[in-house]
Amino acid sequence: MKRFRLLAIAGLSLVLSACGGNPEPLQYGPNPQLPQPHRGLLPNMTIAEPAEWGDQRPTVPQGYAIRAIATDMKIPRQTLLLPNGDILVAEGRGGGAPNLKPKDVIAGHIKAKGTSPVGGGNRLTLLRDADGDGVYEVRTVFAENLNAPYGLALVDGNLYVANQDALVRFEYRDGETQASSPPVTIADLPSAINHHWTKALAASADGQFLFVGIGSNSNITERGMTAEVDRAMVWRVDARTGAHKPYATGMRNPTALAIQPGTDQLWDVVNERDEIGPNLVPDYLTAVREGGFYGWPYSYWGQNVDTRVRPQDPDKVASAITPDYSLGSHVATLGVAFSTPTMGQKFAEGVFVGEHGSWNRADPVGYKVVFVPFRDGRPTGAPVDFVSGFRGSDGKTRGRPVGVTVDLRGALIVADDLSNTIWRVTPDPKP
Amino acid sequence: MAVIVERRYSTVIHPLHAVLLAGTVPLFLGAALSDAAYASTYEIQWNNFASWLIVGGLAFAGMALVLLIIDLCRADRRAAGIVLYAVALLTTWVVGFFNALMHARDAWASMPTGLVLSAIVVVLACVATWFGFCTPRIGGTK
Repeated sequence: MKRFRLLAIAGLSLVLSACGGNPEPLQYGPNPQLPQPHRGLLPNMTIAEPAEWGDQRPTVPQGYAIRAIATDMKIPRQTLLLPNGDILVAEGRGGGAPNLKPKDVIAGHIKAKGTSPVGGGNRLTLLRDADGDGVYEVRTVFAENLNAPYGLALVDGNLYVANQDALVRFEYRDGETQASSPPVTIADLPSAINHHWTKALAASADGQFLFVGIGSNSNITERGMTAEVDRAMVWRVDARTGAHKPYATGMRNPTALAIQPGTDQLWDVVNERDEIGPNLVPDYLTAVREGGFYGWPYSYWGQNVDTRVRPQDPDKVASAITPDYSLGSHVATLGVAFSTPTMGQKFAEGVFVGEHGSWNRADPVGYKVVFVPFRDGRPTGAPVDFVSGFRGSDGKTRGRPVGVTVDLRGALIVADDLSNTIWRVTPDPKP
Repeated sequence: MAVIVERRYSTVIHPLHAVLLAGTVPLFLGAALSDAAYASTYEIQWNNFASWLIVGGLAFAGMALVLLIIDLCRADRRAAGIVLYAVALLTTWVVGFFNALMHARDAWASMPTGLVLSAIVVVLACVATWFGFCTPRIGGTK
């Protein structure tokens, strides 16, 4: 990790130094400890210093094995399991919001050091393991010339793809390795500026509705309130007509959605705001309440007012819902998937969460896939590391997890957009 | 009747130095007025304007500082009072720099401290410019 202490001006360092001796507050679960907001003259920044994997591999629990099933991808983000076991990978890099302040120019330059230099593929890649030996020997481009595809969902032969500007549909027939016809646009998605460009996607159990996660156009309204129309919310789109309505609002950046198996309940993981301290604000996992308002931008973790927002809105703050489960501040949750008993007894009930990793923290967090255990359909207890070692003890970062998908045959698929790899974690048959 | 005049040339501040120094005032003043506009309207664009105007003011003040240091190194231009000018200009730049960092905070987080600092920097820039133009630069007698 490079520590970007931008300036070594004596005296400034006093202002900069984070509250050193304090113990780390408890940051996971339904009641995370929330310190007072704090920011020095410069934001804390520790950017991932990329390195090659070489002979190293991510760390998985004892009794599990991990292998790379595809490398040299072009920025893989989310994956989808098809009925025949094939894997679809959405590859792309979106965004391109203009720099408005001198700060944007500098911060953008620094943050780019922690990401892959590869250009986004703007395509869907299909991976197939025909003989079930764990080696994905077939690799085809299923569709290309898409616009930063991210969210994926399949219902009854309809493959839905959430590009950064539109929700589109492909016809999909089992066994296809290439789309047989061009995509049909179901609905345009908010794409002006696209500060947070990813469009997460999940389909309702009956396939009637599609849920689309749309991120905010700023960290905390610094691009103006008008830029936030139709942002920081989850849309529910009618799959047949394309008509939409806001399903839940005030979610700063809902980066991954999932329907809880056996129910109609939508869950999501949300990336919360930066630059008010290393332990604010927790990124979270929550069951999404229809019509619910989750605080952004006016308040965080329920009704804690964010004083950076003007004009304020006490009525909205009063209506803000507290999320269900904190995963910790700045971990950057980008993937969520419900587990199945085929993943092994210890990981049978719960969700896997991909954590891309922090920048706004002196001591980096995230850079791993965790498992949040559930009991009676609700998260309970502490998150457990499932895939880690993306950031080595040498301070180098070899990968950054994004989307996670459970293969019902008993495997977790992890997309890694730094090393451009698709990882597959399986219970090891030979213990 | 012959009149003998001893000619002693008083040179003024170099024109480039003058442009850079005087330019700090409208830039920092623009930043302060933009801050005031943001504070009264919550219209974020004023905050963006202020951020860039401060950077402009720092660039002008920084280049004026370089010319000042050159002046300090030249005995014929190092007149009494130049130290006062040097202190004023350096203070302007340092406070202006802190103000730039303050303005790198998102949205209202830069306020109201940013507005207060901007106002102080305008006064400092005026003082520096005043001293900069008052300081005599004595040329050699011919």
